[in-house]
Amino acid sequence: MSAALRSRVAVLTFPGSNCDADLRHAVALFGMEPVAVWHKESTLPNVDAVLLPGGFSYGDYLRCGAIARFSPIMAEVVRFAGRGAPVLGICNGFQILTECGLVPGVLLRNKALRFTCRDVNLRVQGQTTPFTRGLGGAALRLPVAHAEGNWFADAESLARIEGEGQVIFRYEGENPNGAIHDIAGVSNAAGNVVGLMPHPERYVEAALGGTDGCGVFRSLAAAIGGSAHTAATLEAGA
Amino acid sequence: MKTGNDSPITPEVVAQHGLSPDEYQRLLDVLGRLPTFVELGVFSVMWSEHCSYKSSRIHLGRLPTKGPRVLIGPGENAGVVDLGDGYAACFKMESHNHPSYIEPYQGAATGVGGILRDVFTMGARPVALMDSLRFGRPEHPKTRALVRGVVAGIAGYGNCMGIPTVAGETRFDRSYDGNCLVNAFCCGVVPSDRIFLGTTGSPGNKVFYVGAGTGRDGIHGATMASTEFGEGSEEKRPTVQVGDPFQEKLLLEACLELMQGDAIVGIQDMGAAGLTSSSVEMAGRGGRGLLLRLDQVPMRETGMVPYELLLSESQERMLIVIEPGRESEVFAVFQKWDLSVAEIGEVTDDGVWRCTWHGEEVAAIPVAVLTDAAPKYDRPQQAPAPLPALPAIVDADPAARLPTLLADPDISDKQWIWRQYDHQVGTDTVIRPGADAAMVRIKGTAKHLAFVTDSNGRQVYLDPFVGTAGQVAECARNLACVGATPIGLSDCMNFGNPQKPEIMWQFSRSVDGMAEACRALDVPVISGNVSLYNETDGVAILPTPGLAMVGLYEGATPTVSAQFTEGLEVALLGQPGRGWLAGSVYARHFGFDRHGAPPPVDYATERALHDALRRLIAPGAAGAAIAVAHDLSEGGLLLALAECCMGGVGGAFDVANDAGALYGEDHGRALIAYAPQDRERVHALLEGVPSRVLGQTGGDALVVAGRSFAVTELRAVWERAFPAWLDGGTESP
Repeated sequence: MSAALRSRVAVLTFPGSNCDADLRHAVALFGMEPVAVWHKESTLPNVDAVLLPGGFSYGDYLRCGAIARFSPIMAEVVRFAGRGAPVLGICNGFQILTECGLVPGVLLRNKALRFTCRDVNLRVQGQTTPFTRGLGGAALRLPVAHAEGNWFADAESLARIEGEGQVIFRYEGENPNGAIHDIAGVSNAAGNVVGLMPHPERYVEAALGGTDGCGVFRSLAAAIGGSAHTAATLEAGA
Repeated sequence: MKTGNDSPITPEVVAQHGLSPDEYQRLLDVLGRLPTFVELGVFSVMWSEHCSYKSSRIHLGRLPTKGPRVLIGPGENAGVVDLGDGYAACFKMESHNHPSYIEPYQGAATGVGGILRDVFTMGARPVALMDSLRFGRPEHPKTRALVRGVVAGIAGYGNCMGIPTVAGETRFDRSYDGNCLVNAFCCGVVPSDRIFLGTTGSPGNKVFYVGAGTGRDGIHGATMASTEFGEGSEEKRPTVQVGDPFQEKLLLEACLELMQGDAIVGIQDMGAAGLTSSSVEMAGRGGRGLLLRLDQVPMRETGMVPYELLLSESQERMLIVIEPGRESEVFAVFQKWDLSVAEIGEVTDDGVWRCTWHGEEVAAIPVAVLTDAAPKYDRPQQAPAPLPALPAIVDADPAARLPTLLADPDISDKQWIWRQYDHQVGTDTVIRPGADAAMVRIKGTAKHLAFVTDSNGRQVYLDPFVGTAGQVAECARNLACVGATPIGLSDCMNFGNPQKPEIMWQFSRSVDGMAEACRALDVPVISGNVSLYNETDGVAILPTPGLAMVGLYEGATPTVSAQFTEGLEVALLGQPGRGWLAGSVYARHFGFDRHGAPPPVDYATERALHDALRRLIAPGAAGAAIAVAHDLSEGGLLLALAECCMGGVGGAFDVANDAGALYGEDHGRALIAYAPQDRERVHALLEGVPSRVLGQTGGDALVVAGRSFAVTELRAVWERAFPAWLDGGTESP
């Protein structure tokens, strides 16, 4: 596939984002072209998907993601999502998506009131999304690293989200933050916007301790027509 | 306009500024007139122990600081070592002890912030943090709160910055009851031809202030850190700075962005003694004078006066010198990142450091008077009275003590700490906390950096020379256990009051021991800091040279681990050992922690062992020869075996139930494990390094010295001890 035809994936950078470079690296490993987009931009470049990285946008001041949702680029992301295009928020990116209402729920402080960095076991479920094609029912082991990952919604919303298949990732065994129903990641009703607390971009190379994040990027590459030719060599530990 | 120069200078005022009568006389002599009040404040910080190294400087000169890889040694913001192929590693370790005891969260957080700035000031993007922590007795009423606060502070700052904290160590001793130690290390990677220095260039160059505004926090922090603690130390809380990692993250990105171009002539972070120290140091290195218009400094409080602006230790600030005509580039980058930016002065040709306030001169001091003329002391030294020898220990069943030792605060699992640190951000951490050394790859290359921090104040106390040399050897051994070759050391010298001859003797002997070991093992000391006056109510801490050693490994990411898997043969490499118990964890459990002499170091056998480990770990055509390598250190052979079982696989090993054999802490030894079919290959690669097969791995029990321990039970004891102490046993994630 020629470079001109490669799928293009925007990775947003907010002030305080710190997993943006990691995410661009992972996107490139799966044959897609990462496009760095600064939060003060008011238009998105021509891209096929938008990713919101982890980090501490605006220092997590006020409330995680609460200030970043007002960045100029976010109005554009909301329009992009409204057209049914793929949007993924990881960790702080998930928090921003909940703050601007693109995905349901809120993220409270971890039950233990401490930052926690550890591997967790997850089950992929719910409706099919651009980030979980072919992963339905899969068990994944991915890292989490957060202090506010305790997903919560009121009973009525929770019942609806569960009923509509919007719970996309669920902790199995250990729940690292006290999230209700062990929910680790959810989608919007249409299924094109997904947020999750674990970091799939941290487990896409054997040298880093795991490759269970590969499926998420391979799914995205397939959904937007990119090439996933490098994935097999990466998983082999090259 | 109030300048702060209207206060009279009395002997009491001089004393409050931490200057002795002799030092004040020296000030008068070199200045040739009475100082203004502002100038007295400037001398107070520049001649403080913290900034001038006046008690330590003559000793530090004995450390080996050169080597074929050393690009920049001590004296800059951080040292730089060449990694080849256009890459260099920039690193330093620094203490933030006094602030952390007074205000644990902010003290530790700003310690991390300061060391990060030291590294990215040089143009390096930080890639790893480490922390070396010392606290008082676990049962001391303050210890828990200090541990919680310090760990949360390190996590709060490092995590927000997005720099992984990949390794560290935490120890406890009664000598730290009133004076905890918080040493933070940072390493960055920089193109070897794009290193930035804190200098001024030519007269006429512009001085820019960037980053956060200046407030009243941290005024006289450097002076505070240069005195002992006593009753009422908590009242010094206003001298502790308040950190804002978000500002620093913006500052990091903005500085690195501006460094992509060539606008910067020199750059220096504002750390201890803030604007004063940073500007004086730049002028000193550049051999120039400097004019600062203090009224132009961005301020975040109203009514600030020159004295406060010069002595504030507000965080997240930098001083940048550029050539005239490049101003718009600086404004563009820092305004993009929503940071304060102001032109506050210029480089001059008269060698005078000059400050004005709305046009009025408030300070004018020749730069050399503040730097070169600072006092230097060869303080008296006195060896202390000899310590008692280690008494004979009667113990019918030494092996039975294993669970007790695994629950020891120094030995037990520290996941509670390092799980609060993001140790994976950056997606380069290939060996995580909890191993002999951590390892971080450099993307796009075959290069990997290995990191270890170690110090053993108890052994240094027993013999500062031998104890410090042993620590250097242990750091190098830890690096060898992940296949890396040491390329440099940063030292953080934490000692008591240097005006006491016995403390000065400890310091001097420790420097000599470090120097000898570094020479013998080819490890240059490229950066560091000295923290003296670590005393409370006249009681000094154990002499604690905190060491951070960096190693280089090139090739495919190593596969070696420190955890047993099924079906491996286990061998002990190195000299058999003499069962050295003085200075050991085992002896401490009998109350003998200030007895005897620490284990000696034999450099030839150390070097041979390290070289052998690197050969065994290097991935040959058939992969690495060994699967497991683990250094023998605290707790000796039995603790090393037990630690290797914590992954869940045990084994049966032939070791006598003898305290010396099980718990002796002789240097120069390591455990390895390999598949039996690789035995020949392993022995060939040892090239004569002694080895003794101890047994085989397998099963769910550690069988040794006539006893059998269920691995799950050992693990439970080891894992639960620390969180149980902190949280009353209710550890949840």
